[in-house]
Amino acid sequence: MKIISFGITKDITGSLFMDLDMGEKPISIAAFKELLFKKYPALMDLKTLSFAVNNAYTNEDTIVNNQDELALIPPVSGG
Amino acid sequence: MNESRYSKQIILKGFGLPAQQLLQDSKVLIVGLGGLGTPCAQYLNGAGVGTIGLIDADIISLSNLPRQTLFDEAEVGLFKVDILSKKLAKQNPGTHFICYNEFLTAVNALAIISGYDIVVDASDNFATRYLVNDSCLLLNKPFIYGAVHEFEGQLSVLNFKAGPTYRCLFPGNAEISNIPDCNDNGIIGVLPALIGNYQAIEAIKIITGIGEPLSGYLLIIDTLTQSHFKIAVSTNPENRKIHQLLESYLTPVCNRDVPLIDAATFKNWQQQKKQMQLIDVRTVEEFTNQCLPKAKNIPLTELYTRQSEINFKLPVITICQTGVRSNSAALLLKTEDDQRQVFSLLGGLQSIL
Repeated sequence: MKIISFGITKDITGSLFMDLDMGEKPISIAAFKELLFKKYPALMDLKTLSFAVNNAYTNEDTIVNNQDELALIPPVSGG
Repeated sequence: MNESRYSKQIILKGFGLPAQQLLQDSKVLIVGLGGLGTPCAQYLNGAGVGTIGLIDADIISLSNLPRQTLFDEAEVGLFKVDILSKKLAKQNPGTHFICYNEFLTAVNALAIISGYDIVVDASDNFATRYLVNDSCLLLNKPFIYGAVHEFEGQLSVLNFKAGPTYRCLFPGNAEISNIPDCNDNGIIGVLPALIGNYQAIEAIKIITGIGEPLSGYLLIIDTLTQSHFKIAVSTNPENRKIHQLLESYLTPVCNRDVPLIDAATFKNWQQQKKQMQLIDVRTVEEFTNQCLPKAKNIPLTELYTRQSEINFKLPVITICQTGVRSNSAALLLKTEDDQRQVFSLLGGLQSIL
């Protein structure tokens, strides 16, 4: 799955774009989140983190598969 | 309205004199006069927005200049709202400016915002962003969100015709958002100017009715790869149910949000014999050892109970040895009353002696 890490999540995952092999089985965003947080524990410190799948905001029940593009969107405050 | 001044806009297809007149009749409030707010104000002023409100209590500092290019080195230490309004009035004498030399707070927000058609959120902290959101929802005003992080910018038109709100992008409240406000990561100067200009074009679109305002989408621009992501956002009706402002929108506790005055600016003020009150918050012993002329000693531990001894009609400079206690002091005084002009001396006494 293609992962796009915006804002502070880019500092945590290390790059704007990356590929994560999630296997063949579709999973929910909630389950994906759990895997991702295990890999990058610092993400757990973010109390607000939104997810988008294929360029649309989504909720944790959405099912994603390896072909999807998933974006991590934290708030950004600078001005 | 001087039509020849706006002739290039007026001849645009679908724009014409009626759209220019709409700009002339419109009132836009710009919250925050930093990297986003100054370019946005400059171009809305150029475009012929009739009334522009400018709100910010900050002073110009040297490190602002790479991204706030309307300001120059000789103006370091002066209030942004004074300098910006002066320059913009020169650029377009036809604009009516309303200046607020204060920060937007839960106390003043509704009264100020109610006088405008559109708000540009060009602030630099989450507390103000949630405050702008909640105020605009209560007053039914659209607002244009812009924010930057390192090389990346975000843009969206919020609360437009019952569309998504800031909480639809980022649920929660300022209190629980623990992403560092004090972004010491740095910022490339040109980026906020890009986003500020995007905010200006969105304001113009909403006012004149041309095009499609960026409502229902979050635009994220990564300038390092020149990637633009237009991400669809749906409205959560729960987020629109706001009946009153929160009691307080916490000013984030971090150094960047303490208004600072650097040593050079401070010396400048001293040379100009600017009226100010120096509050030295070190211990009595430290103070007796060495202090600045005219400084008044109120140790930090006593500051809360001895606030009445301070004359807040003058700008207040809090001072300590290295600039740590003075930050806490400035924050304490500001938290008690956000209208106060309080600055913490950056680097403390050791930076000026």
